[in-house]
Amino acid sequence: MKTHALKTAACALTGAVIASGLLAERAAAQSGTASKELVARGQYLVTTSACHDCHTPLTVGPNGPEPDFSRMLSGHPQDLEMPPPPAPVGPWTSAFSATNTAWAGPWGVSFTANLTPDPDTGLGRWTLRNFVDTIRSGRHMGRGREILPPMPIPMYKNFTDDDLAAIFAFLQSIPPVSNRVPEPRPPAMEVSQ
Amino acid sequence: MQQLPMIGALVAGGAALLASVFATAEPHAPLPQRLSEAGLFVSGSTIEVRPELVPFSPQYPLWSDGADKRRWLELPPGTSIDATDVDAWDFPPGTRFFKEFALAGRLVETRLIERLGDGSWRFASYVWREDGSDADLAPADGIRALPRAAAPNGRYTIPSEYDCRACHEGAAVPVLGFSALQLSGSRDARAPNAAAVELDQLRALVERGVVSNLPPSALDTPPRVAARTPTERAALGYLHGNCGHCHSAPSAAGASVPVPVVLQQSAAEPAASAARTLRSLVDAPSRFRPPGASDDARVVVPGSAGASVLTARMRSRDPRVQMPPLGTVVPDPEALALIERWIDHDLKQHEDQKP
Repeated sequence: MKTHALKTAACALTGAVIASGLLAERAAAQSGTASKELVARGQYLVTTSACHDCHTPLTVGPNGPEPDFSRMLSGHPQDLEMPPPPAPVGPWTSAFSATNTAWAGPWGVSFTANLTPDPDTGLGRWTLRNFVDTIRSGRHMGRGREILPPMPIPMYKNFTDDDLAAIFAFLQSIPPVSNRVPEPRPPAMEVSQ
Repeated sequence: MQQLPMIGALVAGGAALLASVFATAEPHAPLPQRLSEAGLFVSGSTIEVRPELVPFSPQYPLWSDGADKRRWLELPPGTSIDATDVDAWDFPPGTRFFKEFALAGRLVETRLIERLGDGSWRFASYVWREDGSDADLAPADGIRALPRAAAPNGRYTIPSEYDCRACHEGAAVPVLGFSALQLSGSRDARAPNAAAVELDQLRALVERGVVSNLPPSALDTPPRVAARTPTERAALGYLHGNCGHCHSAPSAAGASVPVPVVLQQSAAEPAASAARTLRSLVDAPSRFRPPGASDDARVVVPGSAGASVLTARMRSRDPRVQMPPLGTVVPDPEALALIERWIDHDLKQHEDQKP
């Protein structure tokens, strides 16, 4: 019994240390002083979870469309004016821009967000809490309008708090890009800017 | 105009509130499936509210598309609300708030907020049956379009738990309508959609022991929004009650929306909070650009409500544009008139008087 109790206490202590470490990591993600490990973990999750697919504009290179990492994760380019989308035909309901940053469908037209830490056009003013609330609730800034397709909120809301802290830490570590993404448009509205 | 039975309830139930048998569930016990079992009503009734519960009425109520609302507080026996921080009251575990919504005289929904034993809060809603016999616990995902003839377009939205948290957890304290400013003895007669209340609710709550440790200054000088004109007071108060929970003052929780617009008013520092709000609104660049707006769109343009993004978003019910972003599908006409009057006349006059 004594050995069991000691093991239990040791496990509890180890758990507490791990928990406090995670809390510290989350705090670091918030303060911008995240560890290299946390940022690396976030980079891994961002890369494998396809965030670049829509938030880093595609450009045509020698091998065809490829991510323009000079505008990494900065969302739909503000200088790319989109004409009205093509009318849906039969089972074709959606269309997307060559940059893969503007999407048209039954919900209207959505533009992918600037995830860089630019304070005025990106996530520079965001807290970790804002980020977690956004992914969990599916609402812009965690409290606003609903986030529109094709953002896969139903899947991403299942990230753990630690995953989200790592992702946020990485996003706060990348170069800020000043890029004001347009507001989404309703289905019947002209999208020309 | 609705008159609250506050005095009678407090006199009859005040001492009883602290001494009564409080048949609350365990902190994490599942919520009852029916409202009749949730402790709002006396046993066997779905009409008569338990006398121990304290009715209250905020002076700057949330616009809910014209629904009639009633609200009650319940505290565990022997406890009180710690009001040491006049702007962030600390509610004891077991605190419960009920808010009842009625459309055209028919009950539609009763919401519940409860503080659990671990300090967290849970949110739920009960949907009234068409025959009014009882209300049933709504699913956590809410109900998007509940058929109700008296609702706008015949459809009523029951909020999801996340919807509840989206509004309630943006501020330091998730209780929005029960605060020193909202219950102040200096009630704003021009506040839109507010019930007429003659009682000094804040003083009554202190005298009955429901609220403790309130700084005496809050009774000597009842909290009020700092403003240059009565219209400005009502305008800033309305924005506080309807928007200030998300556009809240930045706090350690980091939950306020990450935009410069701050609409929460402080009872402790009214002048500073009002000045902060005005700085964040008047001639301030708007992060949000309504369709067709120029790059120099401003949140509030003194003398021109029509050019102000604030009124454009209050007037809109396009879900991509509207403010507030949830909980309403119909603009608030009384509030729009108030805000437009403030921008077109009061702010214009203030601008004209600048040296």
